[in-house]
Amino acid sequence: MADAVSSHGALKVADAPRELERVPLVLNQRPMGWISDKIAGIAEGKTPRWWWIAFAISFSVMSLMAGMIGYLISTGVGVWGLNNPVGWAWDITNFVFWIGIGHAGTLISAILFLLRQKWRTSINRAAEAMTLFAVACAGIFPLVHTGRIWFALYPGYMIPFPNANSIWPQFRSPLLWDVFAVSTYGTVSLLFWYVGLVPDLATMRDRATTKVRKFLYGLFALGWTGSNRHWSNYEKAYLLLAGLSTPLVLSVHSVVSFDFAVSQVPGWHTTIFPPYFVAGAIFSGFGMVLTLLIPLRSVCGLQDVITVRHVELMCKVILATGSIVGYAYGMEFFIAWYGGNPYELYAFKNRAFGPYWWAYWSMISCNVISPQLFWFKWCRTNVVFVFIVSIFVNIGMWFERFVIIVTSLHRDYLPSSWGMFSPTYVDVLTFVGSFGLFMTLFLLFMRFLPVIAIAEVKGVTPQADPHHALGGAKGHH
Amino acid sequence: MPETNTPYALIAEFETAADIMNAAVRVRDAGFRRWDVHTPYPIHGMDDAMGLKNSKVGWFTFFGGMTGFTTGMTMIWWMNKWDYPVVVGGKPLFSPMFAFPVSYELTILLASFGTLFGMLFLNRLPKLYNPLLKSRTFARFSNDRFFIAIQCDDPKYSGTETRKLLEESGGKQIHFVED
Repeated sequence: MADAVSSHGALKVADAPRELERVPLVLNQRPMGWISDKIAGIAEGKTPRWWWIAFAISFSVMSLMAGMIGYLISTGVGVWGLNNPVGWAWDITNFVFWIGIGHAGTLISAILFLLRQKWRTSINRAAEAMTLFAVACAGIFPLVHTGRIWFALYPGYMIPFPNANSIWPQFRSPLLWDVFAVSTYGTVSLLFWYVGLVPDLATMRDRATTKVRKFLYGLFALGWTGSNRHWSNYEKAYLLLAGLSTPLVLSVHSVVSFDFAVSQVPGWHTTIFPPYFVAGAIFSGFGMVLTLLIPLRSVCGLQDVITVRHVELMCKVILATGSIVGYAYGMEFFIAWYGGNPYELYAFKNRAFGPYWWAYWSMISCNVISPQLFWFKWCRTNVVFVFIVSIFVNIGMWFERFVIIVTSLHRDYLPSSWGMFSPTYVDVLTFVGSFGLFMTLFLLFMRFLPVIAIAEVKGVTPQADPHHALGGAKGHH
Repeated sequence: MPETNTPYALIAEFETAADIMNAAVRVRDAGFRRWDVHTPYPIHGMDDAMGLKNSKVGWFTFFGGMTGFTTGMTMIWWMNKWDYPVVVGGKPLFSPMFAFPVSYELTILLASFGTLFGMLFLNRLPKLYNPLLKSRTFARFSNDRFFIAIQCDDPKYSGTETRKLLEESGGKQIHFVED
């Protein structure tokens, strides 16, 4: 106490600790006009040459898929490598792979919004677009995998429409739950994305220089004038959509996992599947977000908006979800042994040491080992390194679905019914082609729509805050 | 500025978030009803500054969700138990357990539609014509400027007084927009 009292007897009060400055979400104190110009500018002006080259490649690859699907439908599923016992193979692997990719978009747009993670504003638009395009890619596989696809709608095994004998689809099947989960997911993601776009479409409309652009952006901007009476309802609607999307996204991959978990196949019939699938989906989705956004921020010069901090935070999500996935792999093995079911134990031994051992260990090295590098700050902040790891995550998560589906089916109860699966060129090219579709859609999106939520990014800058000095406040810090 | 046609609203431009916030408080306290603030992004605290009540969008969400859940349960019960019962694996013809996932998804689907259309309805959007958008100055609302628009049919509106209020609140480029 002696120190606190000075020689004059007056009490000395220590200075209050200085408020810690937050790391800005937009670097270099960019003004609002710069944000509009930079982001809207990507979708304006002359189409750059790199875009045409990328588009030509993506479009050709997509056409390849169209050709392969045409061949499949005109000939039959015999052109694929699936067989008995491996009746689900590349098709469903690709479906689960793509639908999982989508989950990061919704996590960023909805869950991080509810958790008030303001950094999400720079990446949510592109991530949600990625979700929509991934769901589009995913939807193709279950639609075509039954061969006679015209029966998908009528008489319906996909939608509740009675078949020729007036029998309805039966709702005890998780496959039907999946139809509802995925179609709801696609629809709600589109609504949420569009609601977010409306204010930015108004920005595009007000900047448009040609009549056609002014009309089209104006049409989809719905007459938005940034009215605060509108913002009040808009923000409530946005919050509610985020609140609805959160249980939705968790349910979608849970329902996808029910496709497997509700069956009796050793290696599929486990209760860990829903949380394990959801974690894996978010893990794979963040991998794809980074694969897309790291080149995007360099090509479009968006380093001040999608900063290294954004990349680093996404790497932390990858580390967390990758560790959950690693834990789930371990726990599956433990339960296979602890459960005392010889078929279950064999399924897992066969995964790791059977004929598909290479798929299993590719999965482990990409999904369990590679994300652990993100414990190191250097690894999280070096964008080239992050890009390479994100590719490994994508590869690993494709292998995870391949391992779950093919290694479980190819050897189940009766050794006399065992078999092997190998893909045909049609299988491979259809999957490669789905990347063409994905990239084509993404390139069109970045050419015509603002790739970053302009209004939302403005809202998280210090000059947007009426109580901040940069926002015009007087007498504040 | 010659005003030949019917004037629709008097608009004033502001440069910072703090300026528009202070001006909104003054316009609210002056008792105006038919006026609005136009900003590039939603300003935190502006609803209070304008004296707006909590948004009613939630009701549309709630009734959309209720409709979805009821539709799901009724549809499955009707299809699998009533219209064409088929016993599968000795399981009950209807149970809320297996009907739940689909009803859950329909709850979210219709609640989302309720939210979107509820928001559009409350905002009276889409609006194909808005006199404000004819002003070149006003177009900067979607870029980096803040505006207050007071409609000329507001009961409190009077040509010189209202202009003076906006000037005193720090508004720049005050001008009329014609209908």
